[in-house]
This record gives sequence, C-alpha cells and structure tokens, in this order.
Amino acid sequence: MRRYEKVTTVDRYSTGDRINHWITAACLILLALSGFALFHPSLFFLTSLFGGGQWTRILHPYIGIVLVVSFLGLFLRFVWYNFPNLDDVRYLGRLRDAIAGNEERLPEVGRYNALQKIVFWGMATFITLLVISGLGLWDVYFASYLTIEQKRLCAVIHAVAAVGMVLTIILHVYAGIWVRGTVRAMTLGTVTGGWAWRHHRKWLRREVKSGKNVHAPSSAEPLGDRAMAE
Amino acid sequence: MASYQSLDLKRRSASTEQPPLARKYTEVAKLIDVSKCIGCKACQVACLQWNDLTEEVGVNVGVYDNPSDLTENSWTVMRYAEHVNGEGNLEWLIRKDGCMHCEDPGCLQACPSPGAIVQYTNGIVDFVQENCIGCGYCIKGCPFNIPRISHVDHKAYKCTLCSDRVSVGQAPACAKACPTQAIYFGSKEDMIEHAQGRIADLKDRGYQNAGLYDPEGVGGTHVMYVLHHADQPQLYHGLPKAPKIDEAVALWKGIFKPFSLGAIALTAVIAFVHYITNGPNESSDRDEENAERLAGRGKV
Repeated sequence: MRRYEKVTTVDRYSTGDRINHWITAACLILLALSGFALFHPSLFFLTSLFGGGQWTRILHPYIGIVLVVSFLGLFLRFVWYNFPNLDDVRYLGRLRDAIAGNEERLPEVGRYNALQKIVFWGMATFITLLVISGLGLWDVYFASYLTIEQKRLCAVIHAVAAVGMVLTIILHVYAGIWVRGTVRAMTLGTVTGGWAWRHHRKWLRREVKSGKNVHAPSSAEPLGDRAMAE
Repeated sequence: MASYQSLDLKRRSASTEQPPLARKYTEVAKLIDVSKCIGCKACQVACLQWNDLTEEVGVNVGVYDNPSDLTENSWTVMRYAEHVNGEGNLEWLIRKDGCMHCEDPGCLQACPSPGAIVQYTNGIVDFVQENCIGCGYCIKGCPFNIPRISHVDHKAYKCTLCSDRVSVGQAPACAKACPTQAIYFGSKEDMIEHAQGRIADLKDRGYQNAGLYDPEGVGGTHVMYVLHHADQPQLYHGLPKAPKIDEAVALWKGIFKPFSLGAIALTAVIAFVHYITNGPNESSDRDEENAERLAGRGKV
C-alpha cells in the first residue's frame, strides 16, 4: 500500500536496505557508548547502561561482531554506487559551494556525491581497522596470539580509528539533518522528486529513464484509513 | 581516605579526584639481594600460603623455573639464568621476579576502571579485584610484563607487596620466609642505605659493576635489586635495562584522550554553527515542479 504523496517520489532504499542500515546504526551507538565508557574516566558512568564495567567489557566485542556482519551487508549493497569518478573531482573542486548549500552552482550529482562517498569509504576503513585491532584486544579469546607490543599497537589503532569513526558519524548524521527530506529515505525508503532534482539530479534522470522507481503524486486525498494508491 | 589511615591512597586508576596528600608518609621498599639468593623458592611458597593461592601441579620444562612463568596464582617466580663470565666461569644468576611496584605505575595509567588499581601513600601498587573489569589494559601498561588475568574470574592479579601485612607493620611473607635474608623490607631510604653496604662488599669481592636496580624511567621502584652486574640487568632473565611506560601507552592514555574528546566536541560545535549560519538545505517547490516535469517526460 502506497502512502499518500502530494509530489513525485523516488524509491531510494529498499526495506532490506533500511533494516540493514538501522541494525548497523544501533550497533554503532551501543559500541560508541560502551567504548567511550572505557575510553575516558569521566565517561566511565556509561558502563551503568550495560550493567557495570565487567558487562561493558564482555558485551562490547560481541556487539562489534554484529556490527561487522551488518556493515558488511551495507557495504555489499552500496559499494557499487561509491566508486569515485570524474563528477567527484568536479564536485570537490566546488567544495565551498557544496558546504554553503549553493547546489545550483554544483555539477549534477549521481546517486552519491563526493562527500557521501568519502563518508562511505571512511566508515569502511575505520570499521576494518576497529575489527582487526579489536580482535587483538579481545583477551578472553585471543590473548595468546599476540605479543604485548602488538597489543599496545592494537590499543592505539583502536582508539584512533574509533575517534575517526565517531567524527565520520557526526558528519553523516549532521548531513541527514541539514539536508531536509533526507531522513525519509531511510525511514520511508523514498525521497521527493524535488529532493532528488536538487541534490542528485543525475541519479533522478537515470531513475526516470528506467521508469521503475519513480512514482507520480497520489491522485486523491486519502479516504479514512485507506490511503489511495496512485 | 581509605578505611585505615595506613591504606591512604596516593593514586587511583581512572579517577580525577584529588587524593589526600596532606600527611607525610614513609615510603617502603623491598630490597632483593640477588647475590645472596640460593634459589630455594621459600618465597614462592610463602606467597602462595599467605595469599591463599594454589598453583596447579606443573611439569618440568627443562629448567629450574617452576612454574615457568608468573600466573594468576604465582605472583612471584624464581628466574634462573646461566651466565658465563669473562673468566670463563659459570655464574648462576637467580632473580625473584614479580611486581616492581613502580613509583609511576604503567598499569595504573592504563587502567580504565576507577579504583581497580591504587597506589598507597607508602608506594605499594595494589589491584582491587572488586573494581577490576578484566580488560587486560594493565598488562599492556606494565613495562615488566607482570599482571596476569585469571582464567577463573577474568580479573587481573599480581604481587600486593603484602599490603595487608605492611599496613599492620609486618614485612611481606616472602621476606619473612627467606632463609638467607636475601629479601629485606623497610623504608625505601633505609633499603637504599643498606644496599650501598652490600654493593661495597660485592665490589670488594671483585664485582666491579655491582649496583642497585631502582630504574629512573618509572620514577624508581618499591622493589629494588642488588645486582652483581648492574650494568647488564638483562643477564638476569631479561630484566629491562631502562624500563619506562611504552610510548604507545603514553600516547593512548595521555594526550590522545583529551585531544580526541576535544575534536569530537569541536566537530559538533562546527556542525551547529554551520546550521545556524547556513540554515537548512531545503528543496523548493520549484525543484518539485522540475522533477514532476522530468518524470512526466519519462512517462511515469
């Protein structure tokens, strides 16, 4: 059943994409909270959210495992749209306009712009580093596989990559708040035609050409509980 | 302040509160005179007995060391090293290994759990198991490879310097049990003075490089050795020559923590300022019309 829409809409994320995304997001929030709890003394109180210090130490790596599986799903879903191309170079050349929101002065953008691709590859890199170094710190299972010097290195890499990841997430979340109409892509799965026209026109043109994922505005107001479809 | 004045804390892991420092305490130290040790392991037995610990029955791995390494139960282990000196004679160097009770403890710096590692005003570094979360960071912080995580409760254990005995005026169990009095215990000042006498004696007997092991890199230690070859401490089963807290640990637990919290806060502030200066990035009705026209041409 299609939602009542006054304007043209375009499918952006399938139900599977959205579920996958929000599992990943939930894992990252839990990991950030439990990780920060052990990162700085002033944040140790966060261990209370997980049942104390010991439970925080026990749970954090398991949540990490769920994240890896979940993020791998997202990676495979979206990696094809995130390879860099010449549009990205042109886009980054006009970074100032991109940050100021002067999109009429930017080249037409495909499914993702250069900054979104940087966020994608940044997250993939940081998560890879976090997983590898995290296994090295998981003493319950892997204590005997590494030397103390290697574990010290793991601790530094884990901390640096975690901070990098948090900074990337802040950018990602802020972009979703700043660019209005974005969040619905991950809640409803669709964006408005105007949003696509303004931010991802090249992608919109492709979608229109293929015809499958573009929906005309609903023709009538919804009647009672029954939202009218097309 | 601790429950007992004799257990007042000087440092507490992962804590930023000011510990009580008004009173002046005597710093204690254990002095291990390696030149007097006969390797009888009475100290190991006394340690297990006093601390209610039982070591698993081990196997002979071809050397006298038994167990072959420190464990969560064996907080002290005799290390036997064979050394052929310049004259072609064999020297059997036996060192009682265990926590050195650093004045600047790497374990305490690395520990993320408030109060799991403490340093008393007398200098003893102690693990408080009820606060330990079992992360193993103390192992990474230690320049001497001393703490061990228990396979039973996943908490860290090491020599306490018998802080319970010391707090009521007793010497550590190992010192009490040593039959040759190779282990002394007292104020750090007295122990240094006593060591000087022993070193003079050893030099008299031909050990030109005899000296005291009280490494500066960790601010000195509350367990010190008299060594016949103080110029080559590595001879004594790899005793580090210039131990200090590793750069990686110092970076990770030092400057990086406030720096990264600052970077995160700054990023959030920049995002907020961007929002209140640029406003939201909204698509207009015209964008919607343009999209509709485009979609119309595409015959959707």
